[in-house]
Amino acid sequence: MSTLEIKDLHVSIDTEQGTKEILKGVSLTIKTGETHAIMGPNGSGKSTLASTIAGHPRYNVTGGTITLDGEDVLAMSVDERARAGLFLAMQYPVEVPGVSMTNFLRTAKTAIDGEAPSLRHWTKDVKAAMAQLRIDADFTQRNVNEGFSGGEKKRVEILQLELFKPRFAILDETDSGLDVDALKVVSEGVNRAHAEGNMGTLLITHYTRILRYIKPDFVHVFVDGQVVEEGGPELADRLEEEGYDRYAKGAGAASIAAAAAAAQA
Amino acid sequence: MTDITTEKARIGAPSAQPFINGFTEEGESLSPINSAESKAPLAGASAKSHSHGGGVGIPDSSRAGRLTSYNLADFKPLTGMEEDWRFTPLKRLRGLHTDALTGTAPEVLVTAPLGVLVETVDRNDKRIGSAAIPEDRVSANAWENFTEATVITVPAEAQVTDEISVLITGQGTEASAQHIVIEAKKFSKAVVVLDHQGTAVVSQNVEILVGDGADLTVISLQEWHDDSVHASSQQAKLGRDAKFKHIVVSLGGDLVRMTPSARFTATGAEVELLGLYFADAGQHLEQRLFVDHSVANCKSNVLYKGALQGKNAHTVWVGDVLIRKEAEGTDTYEANRNLVLTDGARADSVPNLEIETGLIEGAGHASATGRFDDEHLFYLMARGISEEVARRLVVRGFLNEIIQKIKVPALEERLTAAVERELAATNN
Ligand SMILES: Nc1ncnc2c1ncn2[C@@H]1O[C@H](COP(=O)(O)OP(=O)(O)OP(=O)(O)O)[C@@H](O)[C@H]1O
Ligand SMILES: [Mg+2]
Repeated sequence: MSTLEIKDLHVSIDTEQGTKEILKGVSLTIKTGETHAIMGPNGSGKSTLASTIAGHPRYNVTGGTITLDGEDVLAMSVDERARAGLFLAMQYPVEVPGVSMTNFLRTAKTAIDGEAPSLRHWTKDVKAAMAQLRIDADFTQRNVNEGFSGGEKKRVEILQLELFKPRFAILDETDSGLDVDALKVVSEGVNRAHAEGNMGTLLITHYTRILRYIKPDFVHVFVDGQVVEEGGPELADRLEEEGYDRYAKGAGAASIAAAAAAAQA
Repeated sequence: MTDITTEKARIGAPSAQPFINGFTEEGESLSPINSAESKAPLAGASAKSHSHGGGVGIPDSSRAGRLTSYNLADFKPLTGMEEDWRFTPLKRLRGLHTDALTGTAPEVLVTAPLGVLVETVDRNDKRIGSAAIPEDRVSANAWENFTEATVITVPAEAQVTDEISVLITGQGTEASAQHIVIEAKKFSKAVVVLDHQGTAVVSQNVEILVGDGADLTVISLQEWHDDSVHASSQQAKLGRDAKFKHIVVSLGGDLVRMTPSARFTATGAEVELLGLYFADAGQHLEQRLFVDHSVANCKSNVLYKGALQGKNAHTVWVGDVLIRKEAEGTDTYEANRNLVLTDGARADSVPNLEIETGLIEGAGHASATGRFDDEHLFYLMARGISEEVARRLVVRGFLNEIIQKIKVPALEERLTAAVERELAATNN
């Protein structure tokens, strides 16, 4: 049983116009076996939260803490965090020149496990995982994400999730850009990983659609760098009907505060 | 600055697909390097000379019109504004373009399997000039000044499996001239490795004759010390159905300028020109190649890949491929890919494909320069891979495509190790 704990996290970025605060005090605790959905409108800071957990250098933590079973995650380098068991499925996976998928997957697995996987099993595992995610076998020969379609990139992120077996998976809009079939395939992948029982999941999404396939235990509504409402799966259904308008900035700080207070209660 | 380009029938890359999505296609751009030195008019510095005679002619920026001559005096002093010198920092040539090249030439030590003939001859030997004619002032300067030449002959029908190793060791920084002739007689097969080591300031002419039906590989490896300057004109003349593979590997030296060329004399021949270069801080590595399709039904394939890292690392690749009117049935493709690993490095890449006949099998070119940037690094590190390993992974993968084509196991290993050293040297 592991715990990923985010406490009063404040994050800013440097822009040409100066420093901009994006996360304004985020607290969240995820335990092994739990699935938390974070939902929020565009620009609310969801990716910022995800990238900050993974350690992207662009984001400056100005306050708060992130700990993994009490260990200071913020003190770790990006690769150390991954080796500690954090996995970020990126909203926009980058193409990496010159590195074949085969080579990449094996190198990453070796780094995460601290030892090279047995070649025979590994090749078999990769093949099987790819087949389940309906990724063509010839993808292993291609360079990482190079020329992959949006949907293919997302599937390959989930492939890594299944192969690397992290303790906590942060999925940043893995559902966006997928058609219904692909959404099912990808969701099944996440559910398989979850079913092994050693993983907690932070599922970031803009839409409720994916929640038909991946059942969250908790739903957090994210607006303007803060969690403004929290609840169980039923909160997602309400969002489905009402949208985010209720939380719109124009609605005023008072109503957000009220909503937040209601969430606390 | 103005750039004068005389377009004949240059065609763009067949598909505008860069090799890495989001990578920029690097176009022609004038280098600022020599701009301050002269106000001479651009281009037109070359003169028509279809017969190997040299002398005056019609100015023409087509590669066909480039002046060629055995006489140094036929080439005007360089200003840096010439089309073929515009990227080269002349100040760093250490006199190769201005001085009499009287320094001690790099020592040549040939280790050849039995049956291969190795001779040292004087400049009057009849084989001198049988494959090449200088195409620029620095090459002509070497031609004017060399005293003796090494001639390596692979006899007709000899199948030489072990590579012929030519160890070329620099003798210091006095500007010198060198001449080498390699001849693979008809139906022979051999691999020659020109292995450049030590410190040298040298202009070199390498003449390569590939006889009818012969299969020759020449690998020119530049692992010079950092204070070396090396200009090398490596010109090959191919017989009927000949196969020629030429591989440039430039890693060491302050300034290395390779100008390989291939000329067809009869149908059915094939050339493959490959290159790998890795420039680090302050290095200038330049490669300008020329494939002259002047007869029908020949093939050429060009692939050069370069990595750059460190401040003022500069690489230049210019690929001139000319398909003359009579070269019907030509099949050619040339590509250059560069990977920029750090800020402050610069890769110039200029493919020039001139086509004078429409009756060809295929012709294409591609050029792309990509960056290994923080987002690539973040992606790999977010999968647990350390920064050092991530960088290696990318560079190794990128350059491996060329290394794998060398097909000389010992050399492949050596180059892989050399690339690792390059990475370790300037990386922190
Ligand atoms: N490099 C940047 N320069 C300026 N502003 C930025 C930069 N990166 C992020 N932002 C801003 O930070 C805020 C949060 O962005 P973030 O990507 O975290 O939002 P998001 O909730 O993931 O949005 P989406 O649903 O569109 O993915 C936005 O207002 C965004 O414009
Ligand atoms: Mg986002």
